Amino acid sequence: MWPMGLLVYYTNQFTYNCLIPNTPKVNHVKIENISRSFKTLNRHVAFMESEISKLRQLSSTLGDLSRPDGDATVSQGDTCVTSAVYGPGEVKVTKELLDKATIDVVYKPKSGLPGCAEKLLERTIRNSCETVILGNLHPRSSISITVQEIQNRGSLLSCCINSTCMALLDSGVSMRYLMAAVSCAINDNGGIIMDPNTLQEQSSVAVLTFVFENCNYGVITVSAKGCYTLDQFQQCLSKCRDASKYVFQFFKDSISKKLSKQ
Amino acid sequence: MRDTPLSACEKNFIIKALGDRKRLDGRQPYDYRKVKITFGADRGCCKVNLGQTQVLAQVSCEITSPRAVRPSDGVLFINVELSPMASPAFEVGRMSDLGVEINRLLERCLRESRCLDTESLCIISGEKVWQIRVDVNVMNHDGNIIDCSSIAAIAALAHFRRPDVTVDGSEVIVHPSDEKDPIPLSVHHMPICVTFSFYEQGKYLLVDPTDKEEKVMDGKMVIGMNKHREICTLQVSGEMLLMKDQVLRCSNIAVVKVTEITELIQRALENDRQARLNGKKFGFAESEPTESILTNQQEPEEIQATETQMDEDSEEEKGMNGDLKTERKSKVKILDKGVGMIGEGGASTWGVEDNEMTEELQKEAKVTQPDHKEVTHTTGTLNATNCVTLKIDLN
Repeated sequence: MWPMGLLVYYTNQFTYNCLIPNTPKVNHVKIENISRSFKTLNRHVAFMESEISKLRQLSSTLGDLSRPDGDATVSQGDTCVTSAVYGPGEVKVTKELLDKATIDVVYKPKSGLPGCAEKLLERTIRNSCETVILGNLHPRSSISITVQEIQNRGSLLSCCINSTCMALLDSGVSMRYLMAAVSCAINDNGGIIMDPNTLQEQSSVAVLTFVFENCNYGVITVSAKGCYTLDQFQQCLSKCRDASKYVFQFFKDSISKKLSKQ
Repeated sequence: MRDTPLSACEKNFIIKALGDRKRLDGRQPYDYRKVKITFGADRGCCKVNLGQTQVLAQVSCEITSPRAVRPSDGVLFINVELSPMASPAFEVGRMSDLGVEINRLLERCLRESRCLDTESLCIISGEKVWQIRVDVNVMNHDGNIIDCSSIAAIAALAHFRRPDVTVDGSEVIVHPSDEKDPIPLSVHHMPICVTFSFYEQGKYLLVDPTDKEEKVMDGKMVIGMNKHREICTLQVSGEMLLMKDQVLRCSNIAVVKVTEITELIQRALENDRQARLNGKKFGFAESEPTESILTNQQEPEEIQATETQMDEDSEEEKGMNGDLKTERKSKVKILDKGVGMIGEGGASTWGVEDNEMTEELQKEAKVTQPDHKEVTHTTGTLNATNCVTLKIDLN
């Protein structure tokens, strides 16, 4: 019933005692306390990772679904997101815009009903898309983008935006420039971890996501949560900008590969 | 958006071909399309491809209070979402008729057939039970969503593991997965829905219709069955009348199909179990085909940092702060009512404007005009000789 081996837990003063199982003392300790200590143990392990300057492995699949005009499934490490684009197409009269296309983004979580966090994600993606898509070429039309979470293991927003950009590329909607999103997390001792996974995000002080365009590598969108100084922000910005070049190269390679036989 | 309607010549072609026992994709009338089942890295996550129809199912659990009529039974909740990704005709928000029909069918097939042992989901009778929630997201609609969703739902339920629980008097302790291995749900049997579509008032019969065939059909019959030849649910809908021998014939066909599909699910579960046991990689990222022209992978590389940019930016800011401090020392001259001047005069050079400086100096000018309560319009010019003339209009 109890995990074999030594149980180690941290007290408030960061000294640790070893508990040998099967002593009477142990039986009265609730499992909740120990699970909390496992969490702090994980935190301290994360503490030891001071800097990671590598993005996780990127992989993509284009045009997997037959109905949408364009679709892409992008994986960043274990985080996997599928986006589909329909458009430009018919729009409801109430949502019609006279001079440009109406861009609709729907984000669908894997389980549960969509809530406020999902709406925020939709809003962020839509704002980025409105900057990037040449909506003025398709007035009184709609471009609807659906983003489906397949697996979430950290850096969800950046994976969503990258897969949306690839889906737009696949569908042939005109864009001003491409957009690439890179996430980074700042941990306790100020180190910057690029493309954090769930554990790293949870144990970090701040998580920042930047979206860049590929003409001048300017910033389209910034989404940040947590506490960070101005210097840290600048550092993250420049690191993410450098990382975005790899993402843009990946987009180019993927599309060239797909179009190579046509 | 609206779905592209099926043209009259396509309709006639499909029905005529049925007369010759031919289908658009070359299948036999009783053949299923290719079924592909993949499991994700999360427990209870399953993606099923039935031809081009693609469906993603995810099982999750939480502790709730039980229903009053059944205090020692857990709750199984099924939700099928027709995502706008699947078809341009699907909208978010209120469920359409098709959505309601699919939801109800799946509920009857899974919940009322008691394929999941709900009594084992009880923690404290009358107070706390497990609520198992199955969310099915339809990703691509190429016909026969019902079958695909039922396969995905039952495979996901069989794949799912719930956290282990210890009851200590009236306290419930939920063990996280790294402490105690999560335990599987007890699935008694696997009910799977098989859809039959009818044409020409029951003259022609097809199994597993595609989207085009569905648009042409007169009516359909859905039989939910398990491999032990037990019918879990039966529904006939549409504008047609069926003979009873046709219903019996369909159920015999369904047995064969269900047996095949159940075998496929078991094999997929076994493969996944082996992959997890042997430490091999599992999940969706691994199951993507690597040789296809549509897929691309990029290995992680160390990011080459370009440091110079960052230093320039920070220096500029420090420089600006320094400038602003010296600016504050210079005097503000009030020329006229609503007009203040700092520094010497000069020509307007909008090309060299600096937004941040203008804002700071605008604030300065406002501070020197405390009597004016309403400032409706402020214009300012900034030029290279560090001069600001602000004119504030009051209307």
